[in-house]
Amino acid sequence: MPDQQPDKPNGVPDDANTELSSAFPQTPTLGAMEVEGMLEKEDLTHAPEVSTEAVGVADREVPRSLWQDAWRELRRNPIFIISGILIIFLVIVAIFPGLFDSTSPLQCDLSKSQQGPTSGHPFGFDTQGCDVYARTIYGARASITVGVFATLGTALLGTLLGGLAGFFGGWLDAVVSRIADIFFGIPILLGGLVFLSVIPSRSIWIVVAFIVVLGWPQLARIARGAVITARQQDYVTAARALGAGNSRLMLRHILPNSLAPIIVVATIALGTYISLEATLSYLGVGLKPPTVSWGIDISAAADTFRNAPHMLLFPAGALCITILAFIMLGDAVRDALDPKLR
Amino acid sequence: MGIHATEVTADAGRGRTADSEDAPLLQVKNLQVEFRTRDGVAKAVNGVNYSVRAGETLAILGESGSGKSVSSQAVMGILDSPPGFVTGGEIVFKGEDLLKLSSEKRRKIRGTQMAMIFQDALSSLNPVHTVGTQLGEMFRVHRGTSKSEAKKKAVELMERVGIPAAKERVNQYPHQFSGGMRQRIMIAMALALEPDLIIADEPTTALDVTVQAQVMELLADLQAEYNMGLILITHDLGVVADVADKIAVMYAGRIVETAPVHELYKRPAHPYTRGLLDSIPRLDQKGQELYAIKGLPPNLLRIPSGCAFNPRCPMAQEICRTEIPPLHAVTEADGAPIQGRGSACHFWKETIHG
Repeated sequence: MPDQQPDKPNGVPDDANTELSSAFPQTPTLGAMEVEGMLEKEDLTHAPEVSTEAVGVADREVPRSLWQDAWRELRRNPIFIISGILIIFLVIVAIFPGLFDSTSPLQCDLSKSQQGPTSGHPFGFDTQGCDVYARTIYGARASITVGVFATLGTALLGTLLGGLAGFFGGWLDAVVSRIADIFFGIPILLGGLVFLSVIPSRSIWIVVAFIVVLGWPQLARIARGAVITARQQDYVTAARALGAGNSRLMLRHILPNSLAPIIVVATIALGTYISLEATLSYLGVGLKPPTVSWGIDISAAADTFRNAPHMLLFPAGALCITILAFIMLGDAVRDALDPKLR
Repeated sequence: MGIHATEVTADAGRGRTADSEDAPLLQVKNLQVEFRTRDGVAKAVNGVNYSVRAGETLAILGESGSGKSVSSQAVMGILDSPPGFVTGGEIVFKGEDLLKLSSEKRRKIRGTQMAMIFQDALSSLNPVHTVGTQLGEMFRVHRGTSKSEAKKKAVELMERVGIPAAKERVNQYPHQFSGGMRQRIMIAMALALEPDLIIADEPTTALDVTVQAQVMELLADLQAEYNMGLILITHDLGVVADVADKIAVMYAGRIVETAPVHELYKRPAHPYTRGLLDSIPRLDQKGQELYAIKGLPPNLLRIPSGCAFNPRCPMAQEICRTEIPPLHAVTEADGAPIQGRGSACHFWKETIHG
């Protein structure tokens, strides 16, 4: 409470804090209650004009929503902070690769083909004699864009369609589930070879759209199952018995209770999508040079792994860290949304 | 069959002459509910009649599968459909047949004019929202109150139902409360908008005995204060005795006996009710074997012909297997009518008087 002193008017005694804490009745509830009490104290010192007798009154007039509570929880979670810093760093690398590297990933010197790390080139050179460090830095943009946006797209589309199917059931469920089955039945690589090969100029967004179109059924199935489970809970019946309408039931009662599996599957899928982009590129139907991506480099380096392991290790390491960061983020968010874990 | 049953309703004895000025708050007439399942049609409610007045408590008593919860879900309009369908009857609430209203109109009645309390308060409260949010939601949704005003009202309600330190606890989550406190919160939610009718579906079954008494007492106090009609659904004869004004006993989707509460305990007029009362453990029977009604409740897909209770009934005769007994008006041995009593038994006279 650093700004306690300047705020404090003359009338408030210095031991206000002790009075405050004694004004809190000892409730038998564990941890959470104590934390709650401490926070309340903190807030009160910022607003010292509150009279001592009103101290027991929670000073927050407006109750915190689920999301505000979750955010408050996240800010104190070291896993969230670590993953957050990592993700911010990766995003900066993706947006401004020039900040981290002065050379170009496309300036290659065949005479240095497959050379190991040397000074000035800490990650060594690949088969074409390009600097692996530069390619790892510049590859972040394509890989992270594909991973993040394909995940967002599949998660949104899958949750929307699967959630509606699970909530309303009946013919809507039948139609959505059958369409999902059709897309689920298309082998993703075969689909890539068929659909992407007819598109002459494939940008990152084409690849993202392709992954979303073929990837949403996985999330839709998870979302449908989670929503069906949540829909049958007593609190949904109870909310209905007290006059809640469909949209309120869906958004306030069912959605927050079905997010956990969706978040878990989506964050794991993020890694899959980054490597899927790599596979598509390897097959010649994904991104094309001069676009640089970790996927392309990993695929290329896999062939020469025994001769030049550094070519694989650095882009693959970057990929691992990215996936790890997002999985940790997903984990922290999922935990924060479950009040029982607070 | 249902036509017979309408002859006497649960409040028959209170006099139909006075119904113009003393119209019941809720009147359920010949209600029929069935579940269409893959194995066939389960007739969960087969022509149920009852009525509740403002300030009155009706207890609906029955074992699991007797249709007591289903009939109240039909009244609330929260039957899962499919598979559940109301196939006949009327639910007249404040002079209006609810079954003829649009689903949106019925939704607006729920929570504001009639509300429901459920058995398991932990699973009936949403685990991801604080109790204050959930209580306040009642005002925000139905009354359009501001967030801060809704929170104030939530605290008031929590104090009203006897939750200590309500101001601090309003920001806590359901799992941080004990079972009794959670049920108090459920009651507070149901009472938030001062509805005219409360349906409590086994409100104390999940609680331990000392807390049961407190919660029932609270419910009775609040009912008296707001002059609400209360339908208490239970299988616990002990809970009913102190609180209810009248009792309807259900078996296999029908009301088999109706009576003012003390009448029923004193002299049951249906063999099933008598069996229920005899199966309560009593101190003076120490050492003896406890009575149990033989057999199992009927499968609702194959309800026995005639009186549904006949395979388990010690008094069953040939007529019980062929003819469904209507709800007879029960009289004294000399033929004098007894207020509000009815029994769906061919041999009610023998049961009550002999």
